Amino acid sequence: MTVVDDAPTMNADEASASFEQNKQPIRPARVLLYIFLTVTALVWLVPIIGAIYASFRPFSETVSEGYFSVPNTLTLDNYKNAWEQGDILKKYWNTFLILVPALTLTLFFSSMVAFAASRYSWKFNISLLVLFTAGNLLPQQIIIQPLFQMYNRVPLPEFLSNSGRLNGSTWGLILIHVAFQSGFCTFVLSNYMKLLPKSLNEAARVDGAGVWTLYWQIIMPLTRPALAALATLEFTWIYNDFFWAVVLEQQGADRPITSSLANLGGEFFTDDNLIAAASMYVAAPTLIVYFALQKHFIAGLTLGADKG
Amino acid sequence: MTDATAVLDAATKTKHKVKKSSMFKGRDRTVFTLMVVVPTTLHVLLVWVPTIASIFLSFTDWNGIRFSEMGLVGFENYWQIFTVFEKDFFQALLNNAMLLVFLFVGPTVFGMGLAYLLDKNIRGSRVYQSAFYTPVVLSLAVVGFMWQSVIYSTENGLATEIFGGGEAVDWIGNQEFIFSFAINGGEYGLSKNFLAILVAIAWRHTGYIMVLYLAGLKSVDNSLREAASLDGANEWQAFRRVIFPTLKPINVVIAVITVIEALRAFDIIFVLNKPRKTEVLSILTTNNLLGEGGGNVGRGSAYAAILFLLCLGFVIWYVTNHYKGSQEGAES
Repeated sequence: MTVVDDAPTMNADEASASFEQNKQPIRPARVLLYIFLTVTALVWLVPIIGAIYASFRPFSETVSEGYFSVPNTLTLDNYKNAWEQGDILKKYWNTFLILVPALTLTLFFSSMVAFAASRYSWKFNISLLVLFTAGNLLPQQIIIQPLFQMYNRVPLPEFLSNSGRLNGSTWGLILIHVAFQSGFCTFVLSNYMKLLPKSLNEAARVDGAGVWTLYWQIIMPLTRPALAALATLEFTWIYNDFFWAVVLEQQGADRPITSSLANLGGEFFTDDNLIAAASMYVAAPTLIVYFALQKHFIAGLTLGADKG
Repeated sequence: MTDATAVLDAATKTKHKVKKSSMFKGRDRTVFTLMVVVPTTLHVLLVWVPTIASIFLSFTDWNGIRFSEMGLVGFENYWQIFTVFEKDFFQALLNNAMLLVFLFVGPTVFGMGLAYLLDKNIRGSRVYQSAFYTPVVLSLAVVGFMWQSVIYSTENGLATEIFGGGEAVDWIGNQEFIFSFAINGGEYGLSKNFLAILVAIAWRHTGYIMVLYLAGLKSVDNSLREAASLDGANEWQAFRRVIFPTLKPINVVIAVITVIEALRAFDIIFVLNKPRKTEVLSILTTNNLLGEGGGNVGRGSAYAAILFLLCLGFVIWYVTNHYKGSQEGAES
């Protein structure tokens, strides 16, 4: 396309043959477009770049020189202090303990429901999908009061929960993530599995393969692109959860990293650049996952939107 | 006919009837039942049972301690919300509404515009997309902290340096109304600190919309564009009459996402809601659990029930729209 774009001569047929070539006469508009996009993109990155920049400077310097200034000192002190005062390693570990089982169980559970409801037609298969889809659309705050009361009344042995109850335990957070996120995942996976050839069911049956074999050895491998996309997306969503943990995990020390932000700005964090460094700790894993798995990430979002 | 045989029957339903009894053997039936029942039980128990319970509890005066102390009080909680706490409630409702409108006229329109421009065979389109999309992967709580410390810092935030004219500006503390109106002695409107939060939300939401529209635009047939330009339509006409209508499925998804996001908004407001006037319904619900009004399960649930009522229509509309015709369609 670029070669044709630069060619100075072309006849009328060629010119109308492609939309792109029709753009030839308004070259200056093209330049303006690039300028506009570049400027907007740079403005868009200002809060993130600003946070990174500030996190490497002492707060006193930002105060005296202002944000737009050449740095006199670049230091890791903010990161060091935030790491210690925010107990970041412990918070990462808390997140890890919730994220890994929650993510695995969510994909496992929702793929089973999606399989059962989209590969077989039975009395309640559509009702089941409606239930999960609608559940995924509810605001979390609708269910929080009864959920909190329920969690408060489920006892857990001491070695499973510091609080002795489901409330305030890692298990409680894992369960609600699985229950809530399986709404969206079931919706997306059923849309995907529905499009796999119907003959697969028939072939498995003829070969004498059971339901589980059809699910685990035939349908699941074919669903891998959707699972990869969902895993990336759900990683971010569960990692980014703030609400469930703030309400159901009220002991600051046991909170996963994102919701431990709720404790920031208080006694420990006295300056803005320290907060910027702490924010970078929280943001880093999602940013890394996004840049490493960008393709899957975008695919996940659009999978959900595809079948509107 | 039991459910299992119904499954079996449907599973083998082809043009010519196949013998039923040999398809779903005992083990398969158990496996299939477990595959459906275990995840569904968890989902229903932790999502739908609490939803119904919220509605029930909104008609009680429960303090959340002992069930024996629970009394039915009819619409008392709602009555209190509408008469005693009406200033908080109507401002929160208005904030939700303003957030919704703002998301449509701000990030949605802008995100669509960006998608349209980036779809024009842009060199380095990926790089631009990444720039706009990066904020979307951040949690709104982090967005709140980033903006609080970098952009909105009172003394030396970026916004203060650019727009402050040398003065300190209290971006997230200023409760002054930009516009307001009075009803029944209460003043309601758009406060300056809520606008500051809206801008931060827009920063994150735009990239989300852009990605969805980009996916939609990829599926628009190029011959449609050519036909429009051959007919002498200018760009705007071609977009409005030809391209936009073909994006209808994406428009539906975005409408639903936007409405639900506007009703769900919580994190960033919880983080930045220091001096008030930025409450939304989700915050009022949760305040009755965590904050000043802790222990008032009845009133908290009444806020939740109102929230449920507000999103119910959209949920039903979307679900019926999506599964319309599936009953006959799914046959394999």
